[in-house]
Amino acid sequence: MTPPAPLGLLAELTHRCPLRCPYCSNPTELSRASAELDTETWGRVFREAAALGVLQLHLSGGEPAARRDLPEIVAHATAAGLYSNLITSGVLLDAARLKVLARAGLDHVQLSVQDAEETSADRISGLRGGHARKLAFARAVHEADLPLTLNAVVHRQNLDRLGDLIELATTLGATRLEVAHVQYYGWALRNRDALLPSRAQLEAATETVTTARVTLKGRLVIDYVVPDYYARRPKACMGGWGRSFIAVSPAGRVLPCHAAESLPGFDFLNVRDASLSEIWTHSDAFQRYRGTGWMPEPCRGCDRREIDWGGCRCQAFALTGNATNTDPACALSADHHLLDLAVQDAAVAGGNFTYREMGPTIATG
Amino acid sequence: MSITGTTTPRFARGMRLREDPARARWVVVGPERLFVPDDIALEILRLLDGTRRVDAIVDELAARYAAPRDAIAADVLALLTDLHAKGVLTA
Repeated sequence: MTPPAPLGLLAELTHRCPLRCPYCSNPTELSRASAELDTETWGRVFREAAALGVLQLHLSGGEPAARRDLPEIVAHATAAGLYSNLITSGVLLDAARLKVLARAGLDHVQLSVQDAEETSADRISGLRGGHARKLAFARAVHEADLPLTLNAVVHRQNLDRLGDLIELATTLGATRLEVAHVQYYGWALRNRDALLPSRAQLEAATETVTTARVTLKGRLVIDYVVPDYYARRPKACMGGWGRSFIAVSPAGRVLPCHAAESLPGFDFLNVRDASLSEIWTHSDAFQRYRGTGWMPEPCRGCDRREIDWGGCRCQAFALTGNATNTDPACALSADHHLLDLAVQDAAVAGGNFTYREMGPTIATG
Repeated sequence: MSITGTTTPRFARGMRLREDPARARWVVVGPERLFVPDDIALEILRLLDGTRRVDAIVDELAARYAAPRDAIAADVLALLTDLHAKGVLTA
């Protein structure tokens, strides 16, 4: 059976990053700079992706601007006809470098902020002065006439300032705000006790978003999803495994989701060895959880199996030790109580972070 | 702000109407966004050039399809208002 054509490609250009966020979504095992794909290979990957049906390209990492060849990479995306979205921390890009990217055809910028309050933001990112640099970068985005999305990862230690984050988004001229709850696998799982919000915080946040959506209608679009730990049904992770999304790691491994490298028992093929089309259509990794045939109960007989596609494989593995299990975020999962236990543990835990440390390999622009 | 006959709607920054050859259709792409217009919506969106007012778009479509202007105007306003609220268009 031929799978549907993918719509989105996440190009993780590097794992290098000057930030040390305690919820970092990169795998705990990082690729070295020397293992990164070169400019021309990314160009070929983009052309193969466009031919396969991909429309949107997300240039991410790590911090993609840690790559000196970012303008050439963007130019390759433009030549391939892909809509390019730069997902950045903003701390390595100044106005001059951003203009070069705009001239290369960059379509959109997504800037992360860690909080609306500077001291807290810098503490969370682990980079002193980082927040101020982000604000300066946002102004440069505006001056370059590029559209801006602000991305805020939220958790117990910043959720009470969600209203301020929304205000920051409008002040910075963003037309879209993505409020993303931390997803607890990889590094974030190690910091779960310090990050999980309380139900009261969550209800207040939902209220804040609901109100702001009305008052800011037509000015700011707010993307917000209730976090798994308080949900009754899981998310359709990546829109379903191998259904609409491809990620390519810095070293060239092709993944159904950027976190999938954390799953054991997979041999993820590399763009150096096979075409994107071959990997998407035929590889064991993409076939394994595609569709519904792999599902155990209660997913197998569930009328939502083609809505949520069983949820997130990485979360199933991280919490139950078996990636084939139903995502414990589902109330029908035999392991659903694990989430309630985590919420109870976090309620009495402190707020200290375990930061991840990177090698000294950050390029400056 | 709402869309009326005298507004001049255009695509918001970062929103592009483009062909999707792999799926033989046209789409509006934006950041983490994809809209698939039906045939009527596509006709309307193709007339957004940043200079035409809503009234002119309605006139054009009413002439093209020899259809009652009121019915066309209602369809056009409904579509544009919806896409404006979703951040696809600015006015």
